[in-house]
Amino acid sequence: MMEAFEILTTASLWAAVLRIATPLIFGVLGALICERAGVLNLGIEGIMTMGAMVGWLTVYWGGDLWTGLAMAVLAGMVMGWVHAMLTVPLGLSQHVSGLGITLLASALSYYLYRLWVEVGDLPPTIEPFLPWAVPFLSDIPFVGEVLFTQTPPTYVALMLVGVVAWMLARTPMGLALRMTGENPHAVEAQGLNPVRIRIWAVMVGSGIMALGGAFLTTAAFNSFFPGMVQGRGWICIALVVFASWRPGKALIGALLFALFDAFQLRLQTVVEGVPYQLFLMAPYVLSIVALILVARRARVPEALMQPYRRGER
Amino acid sequence: MRFERREEVSVSALILAPLGAVLAALVLCAGLIAMAGVSPWTAYAEMLRGAFGSRLAVTETFTRASPLILTGLAAAVAFRARLWNIGGEGQFYMGALAAAALGHSVLIGWPLPLAWAALAAAGMAAGAVLLLVPALLRLRFGVDEVVTTLLLNFIVLLFVGLMVEGVLKDPMAFGWPQSVPVAAGLRLPDLVPRSRLHVGIVLAVVVVLVVWLVQSRTVFGAETRAAGLNPRAAAFAGVPITATLVKVALLSGGLAGLAGAIEVLGPVGYVTTTLSPGFGYAGIVVAMLAALHPLGVVAASVFVATVFVGADAMSRATGVPSFIADVIMAVALLAMLVALLFTTYRVRR
Amino acid sequence: MNAGAVLELEGITKRFGALVANDDVTLSLQKGEVLALLGENGAGKTTLMNILFGHYAADAGEVRVEGKPLPSGKPRAAIAAGVGMVHQHFTLAGNLTVLENIVIGSESLWKLGMDREGAERKIRALSVQFGLPVDPAARIGDLSVGERQRVEILKALYRDARILILDEPTAVLARPEAEQLFTILRGMAQGGLSIIFISHKLHEVMGASDRVVVLRGGKVVAERATGQTNAAELAELMVGRAVARPKRAAHEVGAPVVVAEGLSVSSGGGMALDRVRFEVRAGEILGIVGVSGNGQAMLGRVLSGLARPDAGTITFDGRDISRITPREAVGLGIGRVPEDRHAEGVVGDLAVWENAVLERLRDFARWGFVRRRAAEAHAAGLIARFDIRGAGPATRTRLLSGGNMQKLILGRNLAAGPRFLLANQPTRGLDEGAIAAVHQELLMARAEGAAILLISEDLDEAVGLSDRLQAISKGRLSEPIAAEAVDARRLGLMMAGVWETRDAV
Repeated sequence: MMEAFEILTTASLWAAVLRIATPLIFGVLGALICERAGVLNLGIEGIMTMGAMVGWLTVYWGGDLWTGLAMAVLAGMVMGWVHAMLTVPLGLSQHVSGLGITLLASALSYYLYRLWVEVGDLPPTIEPFLPWAVPFLSDIPFVGEVLFTQTPPTYVALMLVGVVAWMLARTPMGLALRMTGENPHAVEAQGLNPVRIRIWAVMVGSGIMALGGAFLTTAAFNSFFPGMVQGRGWICIALVVFASWRPGKALIGALLFALFDAFQLRLQTVVEGVPYQLFLMAPYVLSIVALILVARRARVPEALMQPYRRGER
Repeated sequence: MRFERREEVSVSALILAPLGAVLAALVLCAGLIAMAGVSPWTAYAEMLRGAFGSRLAVTETFTRASPLILTGLAAAVAFRARLWNIGGEGQFYMGALAAAALGHSVLIGWPLPLAWAALAAAGMAAGAVLLLVPALLRLRFGVDEVVTTLLLNFIVLLFVGLMVEGVLKDPMAFGWPQSVPVAAGLRLPDLVPRSRLHVGIVLAVVVVLVVWLVQSRTVFGAETRAAGLNPRAAAFAGVPITATLVKVALLSGGLAGLAGAIEVLGPVGYVTTTLSPGFGYAGIVVAMLAALHPLGVVAASVFVATVFVGADAMSRATGVPSFIADVIMAVALLAMLVALLFTTYRVRR
Repeated sequence: MNAGAVLELEGITKRFGALVANDDVTLSLQKGEVLALLGENGAGKTTLMNILFGHYAADAGEVRVEGKPLPSGKPRAAIAAGVGMVHQHFTLAGNLTVLENIVIGSESLWKLGMDREGAERKIRALSVQFGLPVDPAARIGDLSVGERQRVEILKALYRDARILILDEPTAVLARPEAEQLFTILRGMAQGGLSIIFISHKLHEVMGASDRVVVLRGGKVVAERATGQTNAAELAELMVGRAVARPKRAAHEVGAPVVVAEGLSVSSGGGMALDRVRFEVRAGEILGIVGVSGNGQAMLGRVLSGLARPDAGTITFDGRDISRITPREAVGLGIGRVPEDRHAEGVVGDLAVWENAVLERLRDFARWGFVRRRAAEAHAAGLIARFDIRGAGPATRTRLLSGGNMQKLILGRNLAAGPRFLLANQPTRGLDEGAIAAVHQELLMARAEGAAILLISEDLDEAVGLSDRLQAISKGRLSEPIAAEAVDARRLGLMMAGVWETRDAV
């Protein structure tokens, strides 16, 4: 028991929390943007996979790490565009289209990876992002090690939370986005085009999701392999609900989740006799529990999953 | 551009839609195959040969189709009632585990038909319970079942790992993580000698016919359709929505569980964590290509099995990665969605 | 070209499939004028205004604002030209604030920040100038219907509208609120705004407009200066033919069939129904009148078996039915006509025969299998007996017109000869011919001894059909008064929640 508490006081645990949370932060922000505009994007799992593959491949082919991230965003946006076209102008089932996008993006990523990359006994590797210590701030004891000795994409993720929160709350564009998710007819009546807003929201959201995947292959690991996203996308979908569609709460949700994950990873080495599968199950169980806890009082965007057709009510 | 509902959806349109979707998928994927430096014609010909070119190939294709029929049917009955069961994969594994656990020793000595009935019932029950949880969470707390069934797939797969490395571990498997085998006497008989094709496919088709009869002719079928098409009006007319959805969940989960049980009792004989090459997820594609119709599920399953079995052979022959099969499936699913739109709507300027 | 016209519509034609919603419509609006667009449901009024505002593109014709043609199908262009529209179904986002709902669309989407203070100042100024008080920081979901309408009007004014279009603006308002609205509109017109309002209520048109354009079957059939016409003439122009609604005949009323005592239901923090009391006797129609959203929906849900009261009882022939399920209600011989045909009345994608027996599927089944032939025969019987046109038993129900759909719903309830019938807004959205048919059926059921509870927002209907009337306001029900004893003023007050208990019957 004491050992469990000691784990919680180590800086390395908290540094790991931020690392584990990073892909979730990207994923949950991306999903949140789509859903705030009224579109559920179950393509997230596949889009993250595609981001992971494209980001990695760009670097493997000699691109710079940042170019890798940019290409991942672009690939995510392309997939998002497909989902947006199917669900917004055509008004097709967001559930089925999203699952289709996940199947497509994953399959396409694996196919192209196999096609373009010579895989031997071990998957080939790249030079990933290294932790970058922020001058001065990283010298602060404990906090410096936790907060200011991360890889650059983690800093990007944290800043992005603020940017998205500010954009949603304070800019005309954020207002238009929120209104589209609440009542697209109101948006149209004020002379804006809700279809266009939704398409862009899904594309931008998908681009951000793809960053979460790219983090896995360019910072957390240094290679790509099938199945590496491991349900993180689905967990993000659960986290959006848990966060009541708010960026700040989404950050807290991702961190809590990562804390739990990091803690159980370390607990595995301490507690003996418990099968490792039980520890690995914990994050998924936790997601379901979180959903149950908030489901009743969640304030869902009113037009979420409602297709918008002009002139139809 | 605006969409206008067609007055009647013609039967021919419903048959043409999946054909068009499949054709679109094949055309789009031809480009990907060409990227591998292989002529799409050659590749598709190799696929056909791989799936139907020999007696063995044909039996393999139908062996692959039989679990797909049941997981596809599981998705179709659920989707028809607007219950988004994406957990077919997990329910499949639960059914498989139940069959292996009981079929190893517990049921030895029972009269064969009774033992099979008990094993099938156990598999169905295991799958049904797994879907009952998300269904009740949705009905009781409003938790979206898509996310919960998806997450349960991961949980179940870990649970299977736990079982095959733990209480159900086969001590004779040289340390491989696989479950104890089903007793030889309880295995389902082969349909074609010297092949893996077994009576499971007959069973699956019989189940399809029964479900079709239930859906189209019974009070339960009518109430399910009403509840799926317009829950408010159905509730107003006295259809018990909660009870109906629970029944649908039990049926859907049960069908996927049955698929797992049959796979274990038939061609495989034991459970591993790689028992299913995504039967549950492919079932969703099958259901959509079938336009959620039970009879269509059979045809769609054979198609999907053809692509998967054929792609493996084609990949060996040409070097095109076999993941092309998954790409074809995904594109066909999306194309089918669009095709269905045009069967119910027409486009007007 | 019409000198001095701020707005002209010329030769507007719009088709939806085979339906011609607007057929060569031409009209103009003068500066400072209040124009009423009068017509029945389905006459094409709303379509016309949606074309004017740019929600739809017309198939033919032109809209000109101050002489300049308006590009079709672009609400943005209409707003820029100074046209503002107040939709019948408010286009507001309930989870956002008044200010957010008003300013959306007024600033470039690419601006990095919003001028909230400036916007708030402008809203407050407009509120004062036009007498439309609202709190800019309030959440729309917390506002009353009347306040929401003010927000809708402010939205248009905020964008500097010079032409204001209001679609059925009083549909959701009580009489005093409606009168207040027209006073405000009159003031706006005097201030130089030009106003079109859409209505099918004659007294409103007579009381509030300068000029009336009557629309029927998508065509302009008449144009009158309000001062030179009267309600009777307008009624005939609007309906086009003399359709007489059937009259209620006097007859003996029997014993109470359904009795509600102290019925209360809370919902969303407030009381949807508050100690409601009524009784309906055999062979009588009890009318419940009120402005939309005052508890009618909940009353309908409770009586249909879809909601449970928190307190109080309802008895049916002495038996408590406050907690029954819909299926039990049907079994007891309680007929139920829901408020919204499409959402609750029928499953549109099922066949007519399936909808005809959906409530009593088990009566048409053996061993769990539906006896399709018997069910189809039953549906064919309903089609013949209730004159449901354009349908056979196998037709998809969604293809029926509103009136025929309603006859199907009425038929499936009346065929069994119910002891009690709940008719919730039974003629909403129907044309005069269909209304007359529905009224005829209700009166026949009454003559056969059914106890009928009629919930209606249409005062003419309620007064014409009911033996006794009760008004509903904020979930409370007035004492009943005899239909003979009512006059428009008194009913208006009752619906606003002002009633006395003196002359209850």
